[in-house]
Amino acid sequence: MQESSTATTTNGPAKWGMAVDLDRCTGCEACVTACHAENNIPTVGANQAAAGRAMHWIRIERYFEGEFPDVHVKFRPVLCQHCDNAPCEPVCPTYASSHTDEGLNAQVYNRCIGTRYCANACNYNVRFFNWFNPIWEKPLHLQLNPDVSLREVSVMEKCTFCVQRIKEAKIDAKRDARPLADGDVKPACVQSCTANALVFGDLNDPESAVSRLSRSPRGTKLLGDLGTQPKITYLQREG
Amino acid sequence: MSRIAPNQMTDDLLRPLLHTTWKFYAGVAVLGSIVLAGLGAWFYQVYMGLGITGDNWPVFWGFHETNFVFWIGISHAGTLISAILRMVDATWRRPVTRCAEAITAFALMIGALFPLIHLGRPWLAWWLIPYPSERMIWPNFRSPLAWDFFAINTYLTSSLLFLFLPMLPDLAVVRDKTTGLRSKIYGLLSLGWQGTPKQWHRLEMAMHIMAIAIIPIAVSVHTIVSFDFSMAVVPMWHSTIFGPYFVAGAIFSGIAALIIAMALLRKILHLEAYLEPIHFNNLGKLLFTMSLLWGYFVFNERLTTWYGNETHEMAAFWITQTGRYAPLFWTMVFCNFILPFPFLAIRKLRTITGCVIASCGVVVGMWLERFLIIVPSLSTKPITYSWGRYMPQWPEITIMIGSIAAMVLLYVLFSKFVPLISMWEMKVGEHPEVKEAASVAAAQEAGELL
Repeated sequence: MQESSTATTTNGPAKWGMAVDLDRCTGCEACVTACHAENNIPTVGANQAAAGRAMHWIRIERYFEGEFPDVHVKFRPVLCQHCDNAPCEPVCPTYASSHTDEGLNAQVYNRCIGTRYCANACNYNVRFFNWFNPIWEKPLHLQLNPDVSLREVSVMEKCTFCVQRIKEAKIDAKRDARPLADGDVKPACVQSCTANALVFGDLNDPESAVSRLSRSPRGTKLLGDLGTQPKITYLQREG
Repeated sequence: MSRIAPNQMTDDLLRPLLHTTWKFYAGVAVLGSIVLAGLGAWFYQVYMGLGITGDNWPVFWGFHETNFVFWIGISHAGTLISAILRMVDATWRRPVTRCAEAITAFALMIGALFPLIHLGRPWLAWWLIPYPSERMIWPNFRSPLAWDFFAINTYLTSSLLFLFLPMLPDLAVVRDKTTGLRSKIYGLLSLGWQGTPKQWHRLEMAMHIMAIAIIPIAVSVHTIVSFDFSMAVVPMWHSTIFGPYFVAGAIFSGIAALIIAMALLRKILHLEAYLEPIHFNNLGKLLFTMSLLWGYFVFNERLTTWYGNETHEMAAFWITQTGRYAPLFWTMVFCNFILPFPFLAIRKLRTITGCVIASCGVVVGMWLERFLIIVPSLSTKPITYSWGRYMPQWPEITIMIGSIAAMVLLYVLFSKFVPLISMWEMKVGEHPEVKEAASVAAAQEAGELL
């Protein structure tokens, strides 16, 4: 999985996607923490979290199988599936939720008027609303990532596949006058995953690691029968 | 219908306009302060953020959207009673039409506020207006919320016209009966009505056109409101039945609201001679028809879901049948179907009191129906890990009570400025009967009747 192909995406725009190997996920939630740090996601405190206001662009879902003491816990990291046919997009009256030419489901914060319709239409429940104006207690306000804009009260936010890192990798590649290589872009969750359960890359490049994993016979789509055409492939557990 | 002398009628129906008691001021003060409390809660919500409501992840919509659909539903009273009965020329409609048209206009004004109230950033709502901006960004015409915007604005415009047009002759009467500034204002409002044959003819034409035009508009409005839900792939939302189901439910709750309003007006404004038991009886029959239709739709919706037995749908299905929302669901069935049934089906019970009891049940039941469409589905979306629940908090409850007070307040104020029963239509209504009686007498004389 680590082999970095030299194949590049010279033809047309990329189509960013991810493969999630459920056999490898240990449920450590390092990805959740990394995502919070990278994307300036506010924390809301225990009371608000209990009221359903917690924001995690990526979450580890836990499912329990069997009866005590023979219990198996299964983990499933769930983030925005960046659907090719995303239910969140057509319902937004102002195009705040829209598709980029690289296949990302973008959220334009300034254009969001807060109908929350996109979050209702999304069956993965991976969209998060700023119920209050976010606050960072001192000195946490000094650790904000300057590459990511802060969101104000009453706008929707969600996983961007770390679009700032995609941009950065492209700029670096351009500076060095080389094409973007597979593995050049690593979202925070992918970078922080010690078990290498998350693999990110260009699905338009048939030789990229993510493309090869996505073709695996273990590959499934989350709620694939809804016809949303997610760009995240889950590799089902064998063990 | 007992005959009332035209002069007596004018006096009776203008009395609320010309004489004001302390009760009116007290009522307006009480209602006004409740409305202000609702407005205060809304402003506080805008200031703080929607976090002070009960909305949460994953139930992003709650009371505000329920009230939106509910009030738009109530607004369908005017369409059925007024437009359809006008078209088929049902004579008993005459004292009822204006009450119904006023409900339509006011419920729609309040209903149209709720999309604004529920918005996170209401100060940006004007982005839904398709104006040529310098960056050429248009509203997203694929979004049902954009359709809502146009549908509701069309309906609001046409129902205000529909209310205003047949008011012209009556406003002219008020103009002639009053003096000074008041006479001047009514003179302006009556748009120079003189009662010439040409004017009558044009008014009649205009009302015919409006009655025909407003029916498809009303049907499309609530269909589009239902599209807010049925266009999303959410369990129990994504249903083909929603269009007609919502329209039927809207007319259902609209008639119920009309019956309650008429009963109150009858008592408070002493209109016993005008709003007679026959009107309640006829409206009760209509309400009964709609109750049966509603029951048929609910049965259809539930049965097809149950037979389909699709995993995600069944989660939303069972939570309303036996789960957490079952008490609300069965209360709804009781209020909308079981309670009205005896009062509306049995002729002896279909009195004014019986109709009002049934109507109160229907209004409560139809509010619950909207709530049960929105919240249980959102709390049981396909990924079980993200199931949630919703509890309303004080802001949305205050806003809801405020909206009810606003409806009553608008009605009270309206009754102070406009005769709530169309005087000219009542008077016109007398003539066909006279003619009919005369022709019957003539026929009898000629020996045509045995």
